[in-house]
Amino acid sequence: MSTRVTKEKSMLIQKEMISSLFKELSTAKQTGKKVVYTFVPGNISELIRAFDMLPVYPEINALQSGMRKKSGKFIHDAEKIGYSEDVCTYVKCDVGMILNGNIGPTGEKIPEPDLLLLSYTGCFTFMKWFENLKRLYPGVPVALLHTPYQEGHKITPDMTQYMVKQLKEEVIPKMEQVSGKKYDEDKLKKILGNTNKVEELMVKIFDTTKNKPSPIDAYFAGVYYIGPINIGFRGTGEAVVYYEKLYEEILERVNKGLGPITPEGVMEEEKFRLVIEGPPNWTHFREFWKLFYDLGAVIVASSYTKVGGVYDNGFRVNPDKPLDSLADYCMNCYTNLNLKQRVELLSNCITKYQADGFLVNSIKSCNSFSAGQLMIMRQLEEKLDIPVGFIESDLVDPRYFSYSNIKNRLESFFQMLEQRKIIFNN
Amino acid sequence: MKKYYLGIDLGSTTSKAIIIDEEDNIIGRGITNTRANYLVATEVARFEAIYNARFSLLKMKLEDEINSNPEYEKYINDVESAFQYLKFKYKLDKLYVKFKDTIESSFSGDRKENILQIVEKIVKTIGPEIRDAYLFSNLGNKNQFFRDIVSERYNNEIKKLDPEFFDPLMLVYDKSIISVENELTEFNFKELISESIEIMNEKYAKLDETLAENNSSPQFYAEINLLKGNYKKIYNSLKEHLEFVATMDIHISNMVGTGYGRALLPFPEKSIKSEILCHAFGAHAIFPNTRTVLDIGGQDTKAIQVDKHGLVTSFHMNDRCAAGCGRYLGYIADEFNISLNELGPLALDAKKEVNICSTCTVFAGAEIRELLNVGQKRSDILAGLHRSIVMRAISLLARSGGVRNEFSFTGGVARNQAVLKYVSELIHKNYGDDIKINIGADSIFMGALGGAMFARRSMKNLALTDK
Repeated sequence: MSTRVTKEKSMLIQKEMISSLFKELSTAKQTGKKVVYTFVPGNISELIRAFDMLPVYPEINALQSGMRKKSGKFIHDAEKIGYSEDVCTYVKCDVGMILNGNIGPTGEKIPEPDLLLLSYTGCFTFMKWFENLKRLYPGVPVALLHTPYQEGHKITPDMTQYMVKQLKEEVIPKMEQVSGKKYDEDKLKKILGNTNKVEELMVKIFDTTKNKPSPIDAYFAGVYYIGPINIGFRGTGEAVVYYEKLYEEILERVNKGLGPITPEGVMEEEKFRLVIEGPPNWTHFREFWKLFYDLGAVIVASSYTKVGGVYDNGFRVNPDKPLDSLADYCMNCYTNLNLKQRVELLSNCITKYQADGFLVNSIKSCNSFSAGQLMIMRQLEEKLDIPVGFIESDLVDPRYFSYSNIKNRLESFFQMLEQRKIIFNN
Repeated sequence: MKKYYLGIDLGSTTSKAIIIDEEDNIIGRGITNTRANYLVATEVARFEAIYNARFSLLKMKLEDEINSNPEYEKYINDVESAFQYLKFKYKLDKLYVKFKDTIESSFSGDRKENILQIVEKIVKTIGPEIRDAYLFSNLGNKNQFFRDIVSERYNNEIKKLDPEFFDPLMLVYDKSIISVENELTEFNFKELISESIEIMNEKYAKLDETLAENNSSPQFYAEINLLKGNYKKIYNSLKEHLEFVATMDIHISNMVGTGYGRALLPFPEKSIKSEILCHAFGAHAIFPNTRTVLDIGGQDTKAIQVDKHGLVTSFHMNDRCAAGCGRYLGYIADEFNISLNELGPLALDAKKEVNICSTCTVFAGAEIRELLNVGQKRSDILAGLHRSIVMRAISLLARSGGVRNEFSFTGGVARNQAVLKYVSELIHKNYGDDIKINIGADSIFMGALGGAMFARRSMKNLALTDK
């Protein structure tokens, strides 16, 4: 693998943003900034920011540790104190990190939480995770925001009101108490104004994959593109600047007819267009990506990039209705959609972005994503007559990434797509 | 010049080669056990396929004569049996030399002499036994490998001896077999054919006494009677054709490699294909209505869905664990101290199926010993094991989208009759009695066949559907 890695300019901006955030976090105790631990799916960071507090996402720390090859030891340490092999590896990585002094992925200490904001959108492990954090940080208040699952295929006004009530009666009072500040709705509206701009830009960015060649990879590079909004910059001015810059860069690529940028440079020939379901593996992220770009496969849409918000169906936050918007945003996250909605969403992506195949990367230790994947795959296969593939790995447990097994399956999958092209071209 | 295409399927347990002609007809099959050396295995399989192709081409050339004179075919088959025996004998002679070297370097004094004598006696006993099995019972067509043929009989001879000889004799065998197995020999087809004919002529000349000795079946007797007193005439009519195919150039225009070890084949990248595609394509060629393929190989099981063109639409493979694959059966055979070929028939003798819970090969070993201790019968345990293997395959099929009509079962494990029994039973139980189950005599060759078919198409730049 090449040691020289090509980076887009926006990636450098992002790197700067991340490093400043972790710096700010590491000095939070000295500067008196309050810290809120919460989760990515359905993250209501705008509300946290409205109280001038800083968000920390344990699963982001875990995935970053995975990418930096630190997760193996953390998981091992969590297992040593009794966490079973089957427990979500994000949880074990986070617990292991705390056991090792809570030193974050950038090498700086992550401050202890002042508030545990549990919004468990579509993932019930989140609840258990915070029960554990509560024991590790005794005395830290917990605010619970229950997001009703979209079992009935839609969000009803009752569901929104149910959530708004929780925000008003549970979440906001706890935030006021922890921050010592009064809830300022005008400030929240202003922050949500930025979110709205970012949401528009994100939709445009991920929609550029309709071009041939696609100017971006909506999975491997996509995880970088969703970075800022998922690691604490929702509603910030920095996020707006980043996404404007990113969109500008991508448009430039579209105008030049360029393919996506990979760690080894621009992809010269787009051979296969795929839609992927499931998170990527983080411990071998580069090797995993390389298996795709080496064979000219570009991902034109992925469910994972919608984990922090689904905007395909027109939803945007409305700054004039701040609490209703936060509620609807949470309920609209990918893992909170029912299986029928997920099939529809993926089906639209496959059609709209003219994918040649659909692939599932099933995660051994992630129930919220893996449940229903085989059914989703079957339904898409039947509905669209599209070739489908299935591989298995894990989020951050390096023991479950079998390079040769995955390579073997992917090779077969790509050859399947190739043969099909030969047949249809004749 | 006619063009031929080669497909090589380098599996974890066996390596297969198939040669096809311009019409996708199979004209040559070769198979060997893979063991440690992939490249040798590939070459052995290829040579075998070419030898076999010469006999097939001879029969194709003489199609009209064979139709009017059935004894011609019998004669050609007999020559092929003798040919296979000679190849075997060459290796057995080598093995005997190796045995002596091993004994020389492993033992001393009286013990050495003693072991030497025993081994000499064993070789002199099993040699003629195997010769008869080739010449009279068609051993060469039973897809058994040199190691299996020798070890089965060698072990039987050891069992007759004092147990104190067990360890030293096994040591001699284990230390000698691999180097002989991994030695690549390309035979001169023409010379070997002449020798084969001599052997056959000798066999026919002494037919009466041999038949009495071998207590052969009436049908066999009738077939052989066709040749008795007639063989010289047949030989004279076939001589020229035999010489022609012995020296003709079998021009391999293109080849494709597949299977577990495909990355190790010295083929260009475009000539390496995934075994998923090859198995499906091969199975679809033999059974054109195939929609679901189950392939149980040495270390993976594949459930493959194909469309009407033989094109794969999705597939599922076992991940992380190879329990339920061919290697599992090999391990179980070792646990029972029997050969792989004996597993299926023994399981079919069962009166009931003992429930085997283990989903892990190694744990299954412990479970078997426990079941034997509590008095369960070997055949009943084996029946349970075969059933549990098939249950795993059924679960994989379900994950891959189920079974659609028609269903084709391929891979080395498809030769095991007990596995077949449970596959049929469970497929019909789960997916209805209307599902047609295809199992061909060539089931183990499907991957190699698919490879050869891809080789022909890529050379001709043909789409898959073009004949």
